[in-house]
Amino acid sequence: MEITDEVLIDLYKRMVRVRLFEEEAGRLAESARLPGFLHLYVGEEAVAAGVCAALKNEDQITSTHRGHGHLLAKGGDFNRMMAELMGKATGYCNGKGGSMHICDLDLAMLGANGIVGAGVPISVGAAYANKLTSNDLISVSFFGDGATNIGAFHEAANMAAALSLPMLFVCENNEYAEYSPRDKTMAIADVIERAAAYGFPGAIVDGMDCVAVFEAATLAIEKIRNGEGPMMLECKTYRFYDHVGVKGTASNYRTDEEVEEMRKRDPLVIHEARLIESGVMTDEEIKNFKDTIQEEVDKSVEFAEQSPFPENDDILLDVYTNGGRT
Amino acid sequence: MSPDNIFEGATGSESSESNAEERKLGYGAAVVETMAQIMREDESVFLAGEDVGAHGGVFGYFRGLQPEFGDDRVVDTPIAEQAIIGLGIGAAVQGLRPVVDLMFMDFICVAMDQIANQAAKLKYMFGGGAKLPLTITTAGGAGLSAAAQHSQSLEAMLCHIPGLKVVMPSDAYEVKGLLTSCIREDNPTIFIINKRKLADTCHVPEELFEIPLGEGHIFREGSDVTLVAIGRMVDEARGAADILSKEGIDCELINPRTVQPLDIDLIVESVSKTGNLVIVHEAVRFGGIGAEIAAQIQEQAFDYLDAPIGRVAAPFSPIPFSPALEKLYVPDAERIAAGVRNLS
Repeated sequence: MEITDEVLIDLYKRMVRVRLFEEEAGRLAESARLPGFLHLYVGEEAVAAGVCAALKNEDQITSTHRGHGHLLAKGGDFNRMMAELMGKATGYCNGKGGSMHICDLDLAMLGANGIVGAGVPISVGAAYANKLTSNDLISVSFFGDGATNIGAFHEAANMAAALSLPMLFVCENNEYAEYSPRDKTMAIADVIERAAAYGFPGAIVDGMDCVAVFEAATLAIEKIRNGEGPMMLECKTYRFYDHVGVKGTASNYRTDEEVEEMRKRDPLVIHEARLIESGVMTDEEIKNFKDTIQEEVDKSVEFAEQSPFPENDDILLDVYTNGGRT
Repeated sequence: MSPDNIFEGATGSESSESNAEERKLGYGAAVVETMAQIMREDESVFLAGEDVGAHGGVFGYFRGLQPEFGDDRVVDTPIAEQAIIGLGIGAAVQGLRPVVDLMFMDFICVAMDQIANQAAKLKYMFGGGAKLPLTITTAGGAGLSAAAQHSQSLEAMLCHIPGLKVVMPSDAYEVKGLLTSCIREDNPTIFIINKRKLADTCHVPEELFEIPLGEGHIFREGSDVTLVAIGRMVDEARGAADILSKEGIDCELINPRTVQPLDIDLIVESVSKTGNLVIVHEAVRFGGIGAEIAAQIQEQAFDYLDAPIGRVAAPFSPIPFSPALEKLYVPDAERIAAGVRNLS
């Protein structure tokens, strides 16, 4: 597959947006300026960027508790994201969803999810709507390796296959289900075997390489759009920070050496080297781009901090549609 | 009774909007008729669930829909309750109006994450942006020796979760009016079909109509005691009211129709007239919807009460299989009448 310079730059921009936002969120969490739990996506950017770059804007995605990257890679807005992380009225969910429930229906991002595996059946529903209305769209569900141990995943995989739905399953295999290593929680090395069990094809992809993910996603999406039923990508990836927060106190489940080793495969570093080597971007262009994005991130912090909290009365708003307040 | 003959052998019961001159329809038949009429007028409505298509549902109340609407709009799904609800949620967020069926109400427990953590909260968590026009149909209630995993009345559990609406039709007229409202509603609703009512007929208009969710109905006016009965218990409470009227006790019978939202104003108004209240439901007494009604009535109508509020409900046990024990388990007219007499 020929990858144009525009695509290479687009992939990079998506990853940088995620990385710089997430690093900032991590700093804010460490200085206790963010309430609640923060599940950082840093290290896994190539997956969201590679898949989202291969989608149409209207294709739906469902996400996970580690969901900032998916929304940002699909074009999410820094200000509304940061405000949501701070529980402010200007946030994506008016401050009432927080990090684990960010969504943007205008971007067809049907929500992060606090329940592991729960977004997968919802993607099945979106895919069914696509099939029923023949709108030529597909739905994508991002989930972790840990989610493939839960019933919802299996029900959804089987149903998507049985109904031959236009759906892409994207497993972000970061080797840990929270703090438990994969080899303690499943007896197979490759999650992709689970797709075969339900009768649909898939591929293992280097989830640290945005181009590899983009190529695989593009091929899969083309087949899915052609009515060939669901497919799955298992993206082998790694999260650089802890399950929650940046580096927690219970961090003896993996060694610092392991993390350092994986950081050598940082998806941004790999792709930057490629861009420079192939002459697509210069060092200076990369630096300038990062500076621009960091400025936007800084502004989002300012925007969020200056934004009001929701009104007290909003506690009962939007429990139901029509009337809103009960 | 075999599920295959639910539309026959109808015993007949007076409608809440009784009019003997007009057309009668069975409770189960009202489900099919309503679904078919709504699906004809609104292409965004589809039905999905286990055996709802080729088989027409295990109780037959979806029979004939797949031949008319095809297997894309009447979808036979795998036995996968979480995915069935997820199918509904994802399609509803995309603007369709799915009706998804969980064959027996007990199976709601299998799908509880998708119902309680996803469907119920989605709009709120997303800051109001999402609409979720999702109807979940399911068969509840005891009395068919279906034992502990196919007979429960779990409405109180669902009412406790903000974001859901919980609807319990007591007759065929309400089936049609309430199911129409549920499907046209932009919130997730759970429509509880009582499996022992399926053959009962009453007057039902031919054309579609809506009964507003959250508005109760005074089934019978009376001056001495207010009886609030839920779902099929309306029939039993009516029997109790007949027994008691011969003893000179005049019951006012209220059918809330929906338990979430609950028309507490109607009950307050009635109690302020009668001074007495007995609540009847098929679910176990502890933590049942009767407890909530009693609590709200003592908050809002304490000064009108002449006696402690009575509750007639199931004992705190799983539902027994043996017909001899199940008969003891489910409240009936005699037990309700005794509950009224016991008001001190």
